[in-house]
Amino acid sequence: MTQQNRISGGQIDRSRTLRFTFDGVAYAGHPGDTLASALLANGVRLMGRSFKYHRPRGPLSAGSEEPNALVELRAGARQEPNTRATVAELFDGLEARSQNRWPSLAFDALAINDRLNTFFTAGFYYKTFMWPASFWEKVYEPIIRRAAGLGSLSRQEDPDSYDKGFLHCDLIVIGAGPAGLMAALAAGRAGARVILADEDFRPGGRLNAETLTVGGKPGAEWAAEAAAELSAMPNVRIMLRTTVIGAFDHGIYGAVERVSDHLPVPPEGKPRQTLWRIYARRALLAGGATERPIAFENNDRPGIMLAGAMRTYANRYAVRVGESCAIFTNNDDGLRTATDLQAKGVDVVAVIDARSEGALLPGIRHLKGADVIDADGRLGLRSITIRHAGGRTETVPVTALGVSGGWNPNVNIASHHRARPVWNEGIQAFVPGEGGPPGLSAAGAAAGVMSTHGALTSGQQAAMAALGDLGIRASAGTVPDAEDAPVSITPKWYVNSGKGRAWIDPQNDVTVKDIKLAHKENFTSVEHMKRYTTLGMATDQGKTGNVLGLAIMAGLTGQTIPETGTTVYRPPYTPVAMGALAGRSRGKEFKPFRLTPSHKWAEEQGAVFVEVGMWLRTQWLPKPGETHWRQSVDREVLATRKSVGICDVTTLGKIDIQGTDAGAFLDRVYCNTFSTLAVGRCRYGLMLREDGMVFDDGTTARMGENEYVMTTTTANAVTVFRHLEYCRQVLWPEMDVQLISTTEAWAQFSVAGPNARRLLQKVVDQDISDAAFPYMAAGSITIGGLRARLFRISFSGELAYEIAVPTRYGDALIRRLVEEGREFDAVVYGTEALGVMRVEKGHVAGNELNGQSTALNMGLGKMVSKKKDSIGMVLSQREGMNDPDGYRLVGVKPVDPTATLTAGSHFLEIGAAPVIANDGGWLTSKVHSPHLGCDIALGYLKAGDQKIGRRMRAVNLLAGTETEVEIVSPHFFDPEGERLRG
Amino acid sequence: MIIHHPILGPRDSQEFVYLGDASLMNRPDGLTAGIEAFHDYLYNRDNPAGEHRELWYHEQGDRSWLVVTRNTVTHEIVRVELARDVAKAAGRTK
Repeated sequence: MTQQNRISGGQIDRSRTLRFTFDGVAYAGHPGDTLASALLANGVRLMGRSFKYHRPRGPLSAGSEEPNALVELRAGARQEPNTRATVAELFDGLEARSQNRWPSLAFDALAINDRLNTFFTAGFYYKTFMWPASFWEKVYEPIIRRAAGLGSLSRQEDPDSYDKGFLHCDLIVIGAGPAGLMAALAAGRAGARVILADEDFRPGGRLNAETLTVGGKPGAEWAAEAAAELSAMPNVRIMLRTTVIGAFDHGIYGAVERVSDHLPVPPEGKPRQTLWRIYARRALLAGGATERPIAFENNDRPGIMLAGAMRTYANRYAVRVGESCAIFTNNDDGLRTATDLQAKGVDVVAVIDARSEGALLPGIRHLKGADVIDADGRLGLRSITIRHAGGRTETVPVTALGVSGGWNPNVNIASHHRARPVWNEGIQAFVPGEGGPPGLSAAGAAAGVMSTHGALTSGQQAAMAALGDLGIRASAGTVPDAEDAPVSITPKWYVNSGKGRAWIDPQNDVTVKDIKLAHKENFTSVEHMKRYTTLGMATDQGKTGNVLGLAIMAGLTGQTIPETGTTVYRPPYTPVAMGALAGRSRGKEFKPFRLTPSHKWAEEQGAVFVEVGMWLRTQWLPKPGETHWRQSVDREVLATRKSVGICDVTTLGKIDIQGTDAGAFLDRVYCNTFSTLAVGRCRYGLMLREDGMVFDDGTTARMGENEYVMTTTTANAVTVFRHLEYCRQVLWPEMDVQLISTTEAWAQFSVAGPNARRLLQKVVDQDISDAAFPYMAAGSITIGGLRARLFRISFSGELAYEIAVPTRYGDALIRRLVEEGREFDAVVYGTEALGVMRVEKGHVAGNELNGQSTALNMGLGKMVSKKKDSIGMVLSQREGMNDPDGYRLVGVKPVDPTATLTAGSHFLEIGAAPVIANDGGWLTSKVHSPHLGCDIALGYLKAGDQKIGRRMRAVNLLAGTETEVEIVSPHFFDPEGERLRG
Repeated sequence: MIIHHPILGPRDSQEFVYLGDASLMNRPDGLTAGIEAFHDYLYNRDNPAGEHRELWYHEQGDRSWLVVTRNTVTHEIVRVELARDVAKAAGRTK
């Protein structure tokens, strides 16, 4: 609780103390701290373990590029793995835990991996776990899964909500550092609609981390004033804690706003995070730059970090990383850390400067042409070994080392549309190249302009250019005075010394050796190198290590760095929580149900429901005393066939088709003919795809001369409608035909069984005797004056009708039918009984309409008229689809009536081995027929029409079942159709 | 992506359903063309790296089928037309 490494200054609120715990130990920090800065203030450098070798690690950075300091935050259902301690804002009561270690962070049993590192080199997965093959699933994978991975999930539902939002602007400015603030000021003052987004909780970017002045005042103060001016502008929206994750097509930017991550619990009514979709006419990337290290032996010791990060901790967070520190640099920016730390009273033991030339820092031991070649201190840095210009080595005790290998502009978002960044020799880094997201430009350090004055100027200029494009008049203001130092850097990627390991990508434990091995094994292309070594994968995506890796590969191949190139940059810029991507689409909101008109009534009866596409349909309705679903379903079937049953069939698609060409249109979209259908009649129609396969089926009625009502299957209601619109608008644009979907406009019930007519006659106003309303009649009727539609069609094989009323009367109609049906012992049946009766009758449904079957396969080949053009007619005549020995729909019964059938079983001849070569087809649908007293099934059997009466085996190797069956006609019940004409 | 619907103006591509190459509108006449012609029509497509005319359906909108000319490399949309107009101009009738 001492905060022994807290020094003077900083942008923290010392008037308030925040209590938090890390691995159960209590510490204190202040508002303005991150978890990492507060831990460092308390002398805690060890924050995590590496992925592969379980090496002890401390933070490398002070920002979102952090590879090492990944922790679990919070407890219970809010537990959150793999959070970067360097960007986790401290709040009172924060609970944090280290991860990827057991039993403790200081002693991790799997650190044994580090001793076994020769087995874990690049490509070790591919080399080590190859043999025997059966070991992968049972041995290797479980071990790897336990050993690898970082944080753990709570395995509880996230109690917080996440939102999605949409914003529009003239200019989005990504990054609120000097370039971004200056750009936003120029655009905001000109009246443009501006969004200024920054991932940090404080605007200013590097100005908060530096002692530099802008316009004569401290940079952080200038930034705060600029942000205040922008906040007062109604046309400017500043979005802090908001990471722009990617540039998408046509000026759309994705951004994640961490609305409540900095609070223990989101405030009432507030989401945890919001995923924004921002439509921007122009965009400016002012995302700054990320420092990169220089690799040397054991450069991953806790206490070794980027020099710029060390400066951030000192200047912004008032934290020294250690009592005594050293700097290892190849550029002038590293020297800035040394002078800033010294000014803060931190003991700077030495500056090891890889460059031989240049002036020496006054008052500091500045070693020219020297390297750091090793570091000691397993759980925290104790000393470094310096190799002087002459080759002499010296070990110096320090507890902190800042390393700077130069700065990489954050080119990610400018490179999102496969743009390739280009190499800038002057700053030894990649800058945005051509071909990036249209309308996006870059400014400041993101564009390779590294001085403060350069950033301010380029930010203003880029904004002016964007406004010019949009025709918004703006006048250039004065650019405040600021430092304008040129970049002085001599490339240095790694220190060649000894046999030890030098880390490039600390998160994935990729070392210089791994790059050398990849080169030796010819994985030299950067994309191959990445996948072979895992360089640049996982949560940090190689923000600090990638350029190092490819520069080292360039050195090995003899190519230049630009010739070697970078891997492709893709969104998201930083990891995005699944919750943010899901937004409100969770649970019921992910997939809302559509409810049938009889749902409320069925619920009152205790119905069992089933999901059918988007719909929730009644599956069966148990009566008191029924304990097994078969009892209910058998009863529903038998009662329907004995007297009358009622079923809600509203979910079937209904399309009204009108126009003088309606009949001709139907002739084109159905393979059979509809233009000859008499008014007041309906007909079964079969719809093909253009490739000749069956698309859908249903009954279509002619309600008037130029008016038809089509029904589709429940599953294809949407796609059939889409297809009909396609045919009407694209294929035959001059046809006079109009469509409207009326699926939800009509509540429709099937009334089936010998007493169907008697029941309905009690309800409808018109005469529906067989003479007045024969089989396949259709027409408009009334129910007590209410307009309704009646169709005499049957799916069950019984005398049956479908009656439709406007949807709002559906609930009243089901109650009326049930009431009027009492004298007939009418039942309401669900989808299971519906399925039993249609299989008994041999009708095809979803399992047979599988998109791979032709009309011929279904025994409906004669329906395809060749006298007229229709979709699929021509290609259904292809030779392969007309094989006389091809699949045919058959019925299947077990030879032993007590035996059970298993859907999905394959047909085999008696005595044939269960191998693919002997496969005769498969059982598509299986039900228990209470009428026949045994299981029955439909199936597709090769040359099935020639095999009626034959005995075969139905074998299901997955279920482990085998049944001797008899192949029969698919029409199990009333094959002559006498009942439905009754 | 944003599709500039000729009637409704700029719309988010999430409102649309994609079908494929606009050459699908050149359906041969089933009574005169044979299997070969239909096979070619249905299965043989160009796969250009560059401008591509394709059919999109405004399912969450006005149910218009559109011909969208899109650059498959950059996703730039250079032209959007009502498919019905394109089909009529190409001589398709009833």
